[in-house]
Amino acid sequence: MDFFARIGQSAINMFGVVGASGIVFWRALISLRRLPRSTKLVVEQMQRIGIESLPLVVVTSIFTGAVASVQVSYQLKAYLPKAYLGTAIFKSVVIELGPVLTALVLGGRVGASIAAELGTMRVTEQIDAMEAMAIDPHRYLVMPRMLAALIMLPILTIIADTLGVGGGYVVSNVALDVSGKVFVDGMRTLFYAGDVLGGLVKACVFGLIIALMGCTAGLAARGGAVGVGRAATRAVVASCVLILVSDYVLTTLIYGIIFS
Amino acid sequence: MSGRTLIDVRDLWKSFGDNQVLKGISLELIEGETLVVLGPSGCGKSVLLKHIIGLLVPDRGEVLFCGRNIFDMSVKELGEARQHFGMVFQGAALFDSMTVGENIGLPAVERKGMRGQELETLIEDKLRLVGLEGLSGLRPSEISGGMKKRVALARAIALNPDIILYDEPTTGLDPIMAEQINELIRDTQNKLSATSIVVTHDLHSACFIGDRVALVESGRIEFVGSTDELMDTEDKAVRNFIARGRANLGPRESDRAGLH
Repeated sequence: MDFFARIGQSAINMFGVVGASGIVFWRALISLRRLPRSTKLVVEQMQRIGIESLPLVVVTSIFTGAVASVQVSYQLKAYLPKAYLGTAIFKSVVIELGPVLTALVLGGRVGASIAAELGTMRVTEQIDAMEAMAIDPHRYLVMPRMLAALIMLPILTIIADTLGVGGGYVVSNVALDVSGKVFVDGMRTLFYAGDVLGGLVKACVFGLIIALMGCTAGLAARGGAVGVGRAATRAVVASCVLILVSDYVLTTLIYGIIFS
Repeated sequence: MSGRTLIDVRDLWKSFGDNQVLKGISLELIEGETLVVLGPSGCGKSVLLKHIIGLLVPDRGEVLFCGRNIFDMSVKELGEARQHFGMVFQGAALFDSMTVGENIGLPAVERKGMRGQELETLIEDKLRLVGLEGLSGLRPSEISGGMKKRVALARAIALNPDIILYDEPTTGLDPIMAEQINELIRDTQNKLSATSIVVTHDLHSACFIGDRVALVESGRIEFVGSTDELMDTEDKAVRNFIARGRANLGPRESDRAGLH
């Protein structure tokens, strides 16, 4: 009985989280009407979410591309000529590895940071103070973060795609005996702009998920330092799970239906 | 005190889980008065204050502000109603990512679009009023607890609200600083002619600041009347509270507070 009660409670909690994030999303959405007054806040968040995450994205993407190059070369050596190495690296990076790994890395860094910041503000009554001053926290805190993440994730993904393919290019040249020209020709083979575009659409959705989960968990934080820690953990777990689930849905939708 | 009723709290009930915090509280705030809500820690005073400004929603009951129940108001209407309030939180609730000046100026920037010299003048005026001129560039982490309470007061009165709510303004301060804050609250009432509700467990503060006192015990109002009536009443619960208050004060403080 205890087991079923726990399952039931988990289900109720899950619906509670979905409901709470729906309300947070909706209130941030309607506060977009007052965007001109929040431009400075959005730019500030773009710097915190985007520029400050750049070193992490650079390291992750270069090594992802490099590892992908070694893996593809090793796994396909009996079946495909090396001329297709560039094709495989380019497609895997822009469709999947670039957007998803960038989002997962940012889900950890940015999602936890947003949840901890807003959670601390919640438990120290700073958000209550903001509401008491008739300043809507959804406009002042949530909307700028969501918009900044929506804008910065695709930009970071473009950088990650470029550096990931670059990493693959260098490793192919240096370690795998594939010349630069062969690698680039391979990239051009079977190139579709839709591959890049689909990856960027996914990045936009991932950006929204990261900011929304961070804000929802932060605003719902209760009970001091422990509550803030829990909020940060919840934000990261929810972001990562939702990124992976929505990746499957979006990939099916974009590459299975729209571009098929 | 015979003015119009600004706030009318009617039969307010609130519980958190199994803990019934408010048990049918009814209270009126008359324009121009300073009403002290007195009671031991954990009796529901701060919860009552948060209901008055709409930060908490009751299980039952209503809070009428100028004749309208704030729990029936839309988000926009509640925001407009809150513009008549200023609130000083127990822990000051200063935004730690901002300087002292930015904290004080925030309501003016966000609600009035105030900028430049006008904003600087407002900040310096309010800092002068609380005796902290020249400190606008400091961060909340760089000032003492007493100074934080003063900054919180300066922020609450930044736009000259009609009603000021104080949540435990002297809690956590040494007796000298608590005395200074009490005097500052009384000076502010005189200068701004604002209507105020002060929540405190400090009998000395209550007698020093208040025109009327409401004693809350275990979520119920036990007594409402002037400070003189509070001292003269034969009600057993009130006498017990006063006796405890006297015991906590030294003879000198007791004398200064008029607790004979």
